[in-house]
Amino acid sequence: MNKGFMQEYFRRNGQFMGWGLLIAVGFWVIVLIILPQISMLDFSFRNHLPPPEMGGPKDVYTLKNYQYLIFGAENNPEAYNRVDLMVFVRTLIAATCVTILDLVLCYPIAYYLGQSKGGGFLRILVLLLIIPYWINEILRAFAFRIIFGDSGVINEFLLLFGIIDTPFDFIRENVALYAGLGYAYILLMIFPIYNVIESLDRNQIEAARDMGASWTMIHRRVVIPYAKPGISSGCTMVFMLSAGALAAPQILGGPSSLWFTQLIYQWFNSGGNWPQGSAYAVVLLVVCIIIVLTVMRLFKVNMGDIGK
Amino acid sequence: MSAGVGVDLQNMWIKFGDFVAVREANVNIKGGEFFSFLGPSGCGKTTILRAVSGFLDPSDGKILIGGNDMAGKGPNERPTALIFQNLALFPLMKIWENITFSMEVKGAGKAERQKRADELLEMIALPGQGDKLPSELSGGQKQRVAIARALCAQPDVLLLDEPLSALDLKLRQHMRTELRAIQKQVGITFIYITHDQGEALTMSDSVAVMKAGVIDQIAGGKAIYDDPSTAFVASFVGENNVFRGKVKSISKGYAVIDTNRTGALRARMATAVKDTLKPGDDAMMFIRPEALNISDKKARSDTRIKAVVQHSEFEGQAYNVFLKGSEDKEMKMSLANRGETRLYDAGLPLILDYDADRAVALPAGELASE
Ligand SMILES: Nc1ncnc2c1ncn2[C@@H]1O[C@H](COP(=O)(O)OP(=O)(O)OP(=O)(O)O)[C@@H](O)[C@H]1O
Ligand SMILES: [Mg+2]
Repeated sequence: MNKGFMQEYFRRNGQFMGWGLLIAVGFWVIVLIILPQISMLDFSFRNHLPPPEMGGPKDVYTLKNYQYLIFGAENNPEAYNRVDLMVFVRTLIAATCVTILDLVLCYPIAYYLGQSKGGGFLRILVLLLIIPYWINEILRAFAFRIIFGDSGVINEFLLLFGIIDTPFDFIRENVALYAGLGYAYILLMIFPIYNVIESLDRNQIEAARDMGASWTMIHRRVVIPYAKPGISSGCTMVFMLSAGALAAPQILGGPSSLWFTQLIYQWFNSGGNWPQGSAYAVVLLVVCIIIVLTVMRLFKVNMGDIGK
Repeated sequence: MSAGVGVDLQNMWIKFGDFVAVREANVNIKGGEFFSFLGPSGCGKTTILRAVSGFLDPSDGKILIGGNDMAGKGPNERPTALIFQNLALFPLMKIWENITFSMEVKGAGKAERQKRADELLEMIALPGQGDKLPSELSGGQKQRVAIARALCAQPDVLLLDEPLSALDLKLRQHMRTELRAIQKQVGITFIYITHDQGEALTMSDSVAVMKAGVIDQIAGGKAIYDDPSTAFVASFVGENNVFRGKVKSISKGYAVIDTNRTGALRARMATAVKDTLKPGDDAMMFIRPEALNISDKKARSDTRIKAVVQHSEFEGQAYNVFLKGSEDKEMKMSLANRGETRLYDAGLPLILDYDADRAVALPAGELASE
């Protein structure tokens, strides 16, 4: 059967195009995705050595970098590396919150887009959603910093109407960070959900309505079960990307809240300790994957459905 | 059997923007009746059903169900249940959950729902299949589940939108009988939509024939077939041979129509036009294939047609003979198979005749396109 598939593939694309495509995809997957990740993994198990000693007798595999994340430096008075682990957990919790926030925000929009019968208004709405993505991420983050700042539009507005008497520090309270991250990934949540909801037969909704179902009932029993693959692929992307975001936390995060990616960045950049940074990055990746798989398990979503 | 709840459409119009989907519908459906709307695709059947079930509001006129004005009432406030053209079963719910969804909505407990589902599954002859998913059933089984789901809500009026159109011929014929039996059993009003005239004629107490948003005739199946009120109905329901011409004379309910090619032909005037058809009017005469015979004795000259056999076919219960007369279109004659093996070779000239009572004279009008 596999052979038949390949034959069919070559028959359809021709020898030249067929090989060209295969090589391009192969290059992309192997050179740009698999190799860097493997070398990252390799790095994470090595000692941090000055260049002359690389390949020398000290260049052996070690678990030291992982131990550091969990237990801290050897002279750490505490049992665990409390600071870094706290940052790690806080990042995951915050990413979860951003994901939930986006889901709550995007589900109604996606439902509306998917079920309304098109028309000019719809196209404008989609355009309004896409246009902000033409703007560079850093720029967008700074724009958020400005509107959420002490003398930003929002504070000015609240002051003007006497809702507050002193400016509210959105940055310190991480409101700006959550808003910025949530905003950054809205489309990634909307489109997968929109895609499945669009294929939902309107008659099913009407049938439920005909049988007296309330709107919550219709969504709980008909729409959400149907949209589950879209919801989970949206949530996966938003969660992964916000846990791995760097620019937004850097720019919008409060002074007291480090994002785990910022730690990784410090190890790589200012610390110059690539093996240590790699270990941190690998842990983040693996834990995120485990969380996503567990949640999918919990909600009975198949990996295969997500690609749909 | 309960008296059932009737449905009245009073002077109902439905417009989408400037487009008139339903024009001045006046229909009186009696309680407990099996009533069909019959018409070609796009004539507004679904639109009428959606208006009755409350998914859209008529632009003008009234809908009464059991004598109560339904204006401003949503689908869930009406005593109707709709079976959709594509059934719209919930694909991710088990069959028993599908069937009892209307009870779940009202907060009925699981045990109660399962008990009811079992009863209904029994009724639709699918006992023990409650734990399957819709995708695991055949077309006919899905069909029956959709009926059970609608009946579970205990509606007074069941609305069915071409529910058999997706089934193959054999199953469709079987489901017709079954639907009719279910209707007799539950005794509620059925409003049935179809573009299949066989379906409408076999199942219904009354049929409304529609053409492009207009209801042409409402009558029992036999009257629709034998005594159509417009040229459209005559040509849409069953097969008919058409002769065009002008009314030459009228006497005692019969009209002689001067077809300038075939000559003068006599036909009974349809009941609906008995008092309005006048000499000189453009008219059409319709003769069913089974009303044509091969003339043996000397028939009256005004019920006689000369024609030449083009080809013939054997259909089992009948021979169909296609003939060319003086008109442009071929005529079809259907002779019952009584055991004799007669074949009519191409080129054979024949003289046909018919009983003037079985031919219908109507004012000229638009025909149903084939
Ligand atoms: N929401 C709508 N907006 C505009 N036009 C509509 C709408 N719904 C239906 N129509 C038009 O009204 C006419 C009747 O449609 P309807 O669905 O009632 O046809 P139907 O008789 O059920 O046909 P079919 O046998 O193909 O199902 C069609 O010409 C259709 O294009
Ligand atoms: Mg329809």
